[in-house]
Amino acid sequence: MITQMLLRNHDKKVLWFALAILAAAVLVPLSNLLLPAGNPLHVPDHMVPLLGKYLSYALLALALDLVWGYCGILSLGHGAFFALGGYAMGMYLMRQIGPRGVYANPLLPDFMVFLNWQELPWYWYGFDQFWFAALMVLFVPGLLAFVFGWFAFRSRVTGVYLSIITQAMTYALLLAFFRNEMGFGGNNGLTDFKDILGFNIQAGGTRATLFAATAIMLALALLLSSAIVKSKYGKVLVGVRDAESRTRFLGYRVENMKLFIFTVSAMMAGVAGALYVPQVGIINPGEFAPANSIEVVIWTAVGGRGTLIGPIIGAVLVNFGKSIFTAAFPEFWLFALGALFVATTLFLPKGIVGTLQQFAKARDERKVAAAKEHAYQEQAAKSAGEDGLASAHTQAAE
Amino acid sequence: MTTVKPAALKTTNSILYLDGVSVSFDGFKALNSLSFVVEPGELRAIIGPNGAGKTTMMDIITGKTRPDEGIVYFNGEVDLTQKDEADIAQLGIGRKFQKPTVFESHTVWDNIELALNRKRGVFATLFYKLTPEDKARIEEILETVRMTARKDDLAANLSHGQKQWLEIGMLLAQEPKLLLVDEPVAGMTDAETTETAVLLKEIAKTRSVVVVEHDMGFIRDLGVKVTCLAEGSVLAEGSIDFVSSDPKVIENYLGR
Repeated sequence: MITQMLLRNHDKKVLWFALAILAAAVLVPLSNLLLPAGNPLHVPDHMVPLLGKYLSYALLALALDLVWGYCGILSLGHGAFFALGGYAMGMYLMRQIGPRGVYANPLLPDFMVFLNWQELPWYWYGFDQFWFAALMVLFVPGLLAFVFGWFAFRSRVTGVYLSIITQAMTYALLLAFFRNEMGFGGNNGLTDFKDILGFNIQAGGTRATLFAATAIMLALALLLSSAIVKSKYGKVLVGVRDAESRTRFLGYRVENMKLFIFTVSAMMAGVAGALYVPQVGIINPGEFAPANSIEVVIWTAVGGRGTLIGPIIGAVLVNFGKSIFTAAFPEFWLFALGALFVATTLFLPKGIVGTLQQFAKARDERKVAAAKEHAYQEQAAKSAGEDGLASAHTQAAE
Repeated sequence: MTTVKPAALKTTNSILYLDGVSVSFDGFKALNSLSFVVEPGELRAIIGPNGAGKTTMMDIITGKTRPDEGIVYFNGEVDLTQKDEADIAQLGIGRKFQKPTVFESHTVWDNIELALNRKRGVFATLFYKLTPEDKARIEEILETVRMTARKDDLAANLSHGQKQWLEIGMLLAQEPKLLLVDEPVAGMTDAETTETAVLLKEIAKTRSVVVVEHDMGFIRDLGVKVTCLAEGSVLAEGSIDFVSSDPKVIENYLGR
């Protein structure tokens, strides 16, 4: 039933876009590994994890768009779900270091030895297994979103109030993860990773594979999101966004509708975080910073909320711009970001993709009108011709 | 020996039964011991000056507002004060808002499809597929509210009157036993008003309808029993001629 739903009529553009991402999943690693460094099509080594990072951000933006663009829940705390997924992956990578750490403790990560801890805290159990960590990447953000959403949506907290408490949530987690006693490496977070699934995390092949995994995950998430928003459930979500009380009076349990998409979205953000961490090599409490979650909102708005392709394009473009900008004028990036958000709100309220869609629609409508006009004129010309012919006949008969 | 059923909650055979309902907001008594009864299959019009409590009464029936005191029974057995909006909608009470409220970014067709009386859970809607019966039902409703030609248009592009009709169509799709309609002809042309009266009478053949309206001409067109509210309770009840000749009604409402 689920596969059937996933294969259901997707938008053609979404399908093409997913295929393009899959093509990138193959072509970028191939070009990096096989082409010589001088070749103009060669993707340099440092670009691979950078591109992978952009795509994991794109997955995060897509997750946010599901709740914001389609259900009208402006979450300013999606960075928290991303970071939790990242920490779950980071814990796995820490346990893989084993006795190769600075203190060569086979069980305890370096920071615990440094803090004089004698044994592994219970919540670190199981993270030496990849499958367990992968499960936690989904489960922990999902559970937090479920519990948070359960209370928030049942109490009918909406609009700006909800946005504020999501900010408070990510800020509270930021403070908590800063504490050394929490057992997540405090200020420094988790870093110095050695390998993933037995492969050296620094090796070119591993990085290329991580990029490919990120791209494939993004394509799958895009198809899943498309299946969700195309279903009747997706239409109900848009109904909640546009006229919440109407949806309620039609008999839909709005709180359950919101809770489901919020939880799915948080899990998607968790996966994004888990793919991000091995590619950047570190996860620390800074990822919980409220400003990070706000940045995600900007990527989504720039690309076009309420479209599925928009947030992906927005995340990649803005972060590409950020990489260039922070290298050239590091002090001015936040001003540029703010200006970008203001400009988008004023001049492109539907974002890049939304505006393009509008143009395409207007063009199609003109085409249809022109075709109608053309057909009408032809019809007129034809009947005029027939009249002419008929009168010629009558004249001839006379 | 047959066991005698305990005196059940079955108060009456009425579809809607309100008794002594009061509610106040910040000290203002919006409803003051309001009581009235709607029989199954009845079409009832409710009139009254602004602030008489007409919309508050609808809020209470549909679960949006909880009364401070009083009882509200649906179908003679269901206590509505214990339920929320979604429960009450699923029980079979539909509500049309004063301002037409449709899903603007959906097509006319999708609006009706969403309103259709089917399972409304997350997973039921996630895996929903349009069956031939549902398709036929949607087409039938579109025909009834005269929207077939516009089925692929976005609801946002409809005129005010058409939105009102679409919303009525959505309520029909919900297959309610009781329909609450708040000012259906506000902002409509005279021709549209007359047509709406015909449509409502048609709808009332198969269910109970309560209409709140200011337009006395429209109420006359309906030709049904009228309840006049003022200051949160019933002022007069009866035929339109009876109610409109009542001196209290003239003083409180018509005379103003």
